[in-house]
Amino acid sequence: MKPSGRRVRSLFLIVGLSMLALAGCNDPKYMPVLSPQGPVARSEYYLILWSFVLMLVVVLGVFVIFFYVTVKYRARPDNKDYVPPEIEGNAKLETLWTVIPIIVVIALAIPTVAVTYKLVKPPKVDAATGASTAKTLTIDVVAEQWKWVFKYPAQNIETVNYVNIPAGVPVDFELTSAGPMNTFWVPALGGMEFAMPGKDLKLWLEADHPGSYEGRSGQYSGRGFSQMTFTVNSQTASDFAKWVKQTQQSAPKLTQQDQEQIVKPGTLSHTLTFSSIDPQ
Amino acid sequence: MSGIVNWAVHFFMLDEGPLIWLSDFLIGIASVGIVVALTYFKLWKWLWDNWLTTVDHKKIGIMYLIAAVLMLFRGGTDGLLMRTQLSWPNLHFLNADHYDQIFTTHGTIMILFMAMPALIGFFNIAVPLQIGCRDVAFPYLNAISFWLFFVAAMLFNLSFVVGGSPDGGWTSYPPYVENAFDPGPGENYFLVSLQITGIGTIATGVNFLLTILRMRAPGMTLMRLPMFTWSVLITSIIIVFAFPVLAVCLALLLIDRDFGSHFFTISAGGMPMQYVNLFWIWGHPEVYIVILPAFGIFSEVVSTFSSKKLFGYSAMVVSMIAIAILSFIVWVHHFFTMGAGPGVNSFFGVSTMAIAIPTGVKIFNWLFTMHKGRIEYKSAMLWAVGFIPNFLIGGLTGVMLAVPPADYQYHNSYFLIAHFHYVLIGGTVFGVFAGLYYWWPKMFGVLLNERLGRWHFWLFMIGFNICFFPMYFLGFMGMQRRVYTYPAGYGWGVINLIETFGAVLMGIGFLVFVLNILWSARYGERDVTGDPWNGRTLEWATTSPAPHYNFAIIPQVKGRDAWWLMKQAGESINGPKGIPFKPIHMPNNSGRPIIMCAFFFIAGAGFVFQWWIPAIIGLIGVVVTMALRSFEYNDHHYIPVDEIEETEAAAGRL
Repeated sequence: MKPSGRRVRSLFLIVGLSMLALAGCNDPKYMPVLSPQGPVARSEYYLILWSFVLMLVVVLGVFVIFFYVTVKYRARPDNKDYVPPEIEGNAKLETLWTVIPIIVVIALAIPTVAVTYKLVKPPKVDAATGASTAKTLTIDVVAEQWKWVFKYPAQNIETVNYVNIPAGVPVDFELTSAGPMNTFWVPALGGMEFAMPGKDLKLWLEADHPGSYEGRSGQYSGRGFSQMTFTVNSQTASDFAKWVKQTQQSAPKLTQQDQEQIVKPGTLSHTLTFSSIDPQ
Repeated sequence: MSGIVNWAVHFFMLDEGPLIWLSDFLIGIASVGIVVALTYFKLWKWLWDNWLTTVDHKKIGIMYLIAAVLMLFRGGTDGLLMRTQLSWPNLHFLNADHYDQIFTTHGTIMILFMAMPALIGFFNIAVPLQIGCRDVAFPYLNAISFWLFFVAAMLFNLSFVVGGSPDGGWTSYPPYVENAFDPGPGENYFLVSLQITGIGTIATGVNFLLTILRMRAPGMTLMRLPMFTWSVLITSIIIVFAFPVLAVCLALLLIDRDFGSHFFTISAGGMPMQYVNLFWIWGHPEVYIVILPAFGIFSEVVSTFSSKKLFGYSAMVVSMIAIAILSFIVWVHHFFTMGAGPGVNSFFGVSTMAIAIPTGVKIFNWLFTMHKGRIEYKSAMLWAVGFIPNFLIGGLTGVMLAVPPADYQYHNSYFLIAHFHYVLIGGTVFGVFAGLYYWWPKMFGVLLNERLGRWHFWLFMIGFNICFFPMYFLGFMGMQRRVYTYPAGYGWGVINLIETFGAVLMGIGFLVFVLNILWSARYGERDVTGDPWNGRTLEWATTSPAPHYNFAIIPQVKGRDAWWLMKQAGESINGPKGIPFKPIHMPNNSGRPIIMCAFFFIAGAGFVFQWWIPAIIGLIGVVVTMALRSFEYNDHHYIPVDEIEETEAAAGRL
């Protein structure tokens, strides 16, 4: 299976590149879904490409038949006397176009199921660098009206509308909401997951490299929904450790007043940082 | 005094600015104009006797279609307002509140008050004629269904200028739509009007299920049914199973909002996600309710204009049944991102992909119906042929969405928006236009103009692709649905501008269609044959428009494409010459359905504004009118033989 796996990968690459060429830009800033910056987004991207290739084959096949039939059998003045034959059907052909879609569906279903199961677990090994990622980071995410609150329980840090993570470390985002439903979406790092009141949904994300990625809510949640954006800053391990230390030492504690400001419906155009996660 | 004025200003939304004033003005002008015109031309009695009280399936079908075209205009205007707002970053043409209301009404109107009545209109126009009977199984109930839809549509549209429209999206997920986050009457409008139209739709489902099972002409076995009728049969079954779920779902949410229960709230043990499940257990079958009849229309049109019988009839039937069954086991794909776990997501992902198999069979069967045919590109056929590539793109991107991990990226993004507009416009709307051009002569006795029809098709089809194809890329670029504006710098602006241009083209296409209707009413070619397309099914065997009783003598059906076979054999629809006519039993018109539905409207308004006295009066009115129906003994009449002879002689069928 190894060589064919490589062949499939190079096929991905070719089609992927042509898609990007079609789109006219391959800057992750513009096409985050198609320029994945982490292992989770990358496995989703490969599936997107694979499904695209399969569908492209089907589209091309049907289009050929479509244009052949609609052009060749059009009514013209010179075929006025042509009487079309009455054809009930054709068992062979009908079996053929039942079996081909079944094969296509199977070819899509197998990797689909495999990746669906894979994404529930943390990305253990970074496919790009091969680095082991045994240690993980947990961040609790609360969707407020209309801001994103990030709590680092182990570090006792809270941030609003931005989140810092170490590159190459799988991050376990535990999503919930204090109000309406939202979805937590960082397209460059991976697909979205709901933040629902009364539930904690787990979303594993990981960034390959240091960098800054846009995040937003995908689920409409009211007036301020369009402004409900945040930034994910991926940092080197040492920069992240430095940031944690600095924040713990110099950022203000979360007060009751701050908490009220966060909970109150409204948007926030700036970010906030606190050195505690429970209001005092 | 000033308290009342303030209340009224707020209630009629006069504090909301010029958009509302303009709407008030237009609605006022239109209403006054209609009343004045009806009075001036002394048409009130005509309107009441011929239309408002009718139980004739043909007239009810026409009323459904008029309402659907009006709602297409309303929903399309919403769409253009949204496209204008999104055409460039940081625009403030609409504010967030207005945008939120408009995307909600756009979606709700297009699905429930445009697609549904348009297709149900075709059920009414075509099914009784296609199966050779004189009306539906329950004509009176049919009138009630229509008026329920109509008052619900009026109630829903009223929200724009009275009290404020719903703003929770057409999916209306709690807890956002609960009182805590979304107070006011808006969401109640959504819940109540959908409830009212939903009751009518369930009745329609029962009605057509029984009509097709019980009222077929002799010899019209199930496997000889025209394909459109088959699609209606299957759709009716889906309606009967799916719509009660919607009724329960809406009722629970309304009880939450009106009476303070906690089914879907976030406190007191409410469970918002249960709403999402219930909604999509109805919602996914619903999308097949609006696509299968369109498939049926395409089957008729493709076969007629290729002068060939439908290829693979049995496979078409089997694949529709397969789609119907699968439609009930795929609903979770609307929320793969709600953490149902990999097992559940895998199951629903694969079951969704499986729908591509029967759908693919249908696409190939249409292609091979055209193969070796002689394809006449009349307007109806243009829509049917245009449907295939557009729907294919929509369907296959649907398969891409069925891959759960990929869906995590597509979910609620513009990729999804592109997908469902490709299937709903490329499938349902194209189907509605195909059906309108195809059955127009049967409905009105006039053909629509072909040249304007071609302009309509090409403008709309090209505009549609310019508007929606780039949305797939916007999805990859990370733009999510329902944002009312977006910052510059993501590269979204230019793409949105192009899309807006496409939307304007679609709007122009629609105007050409309206022009076509008006032009054809005055100058259009009259259809004197009753069979302008050299049709194959029984609706073309009778006059255009069909006489009140449809068929003087119920036809004997000898095979599929019954009318085609009769023409080949040189037979008359009335059978061998000399069979004597008998008086025809027909249901009487009744004013009770519209009165009963007016009470539904009063009750509905009561539930919207929590005015309990009107609500109770309305409900009592509904029960009383329903009870009085039991005492309506004079509910039918016979058409005498000489009247039938006169009509048939005029049609040249004696």
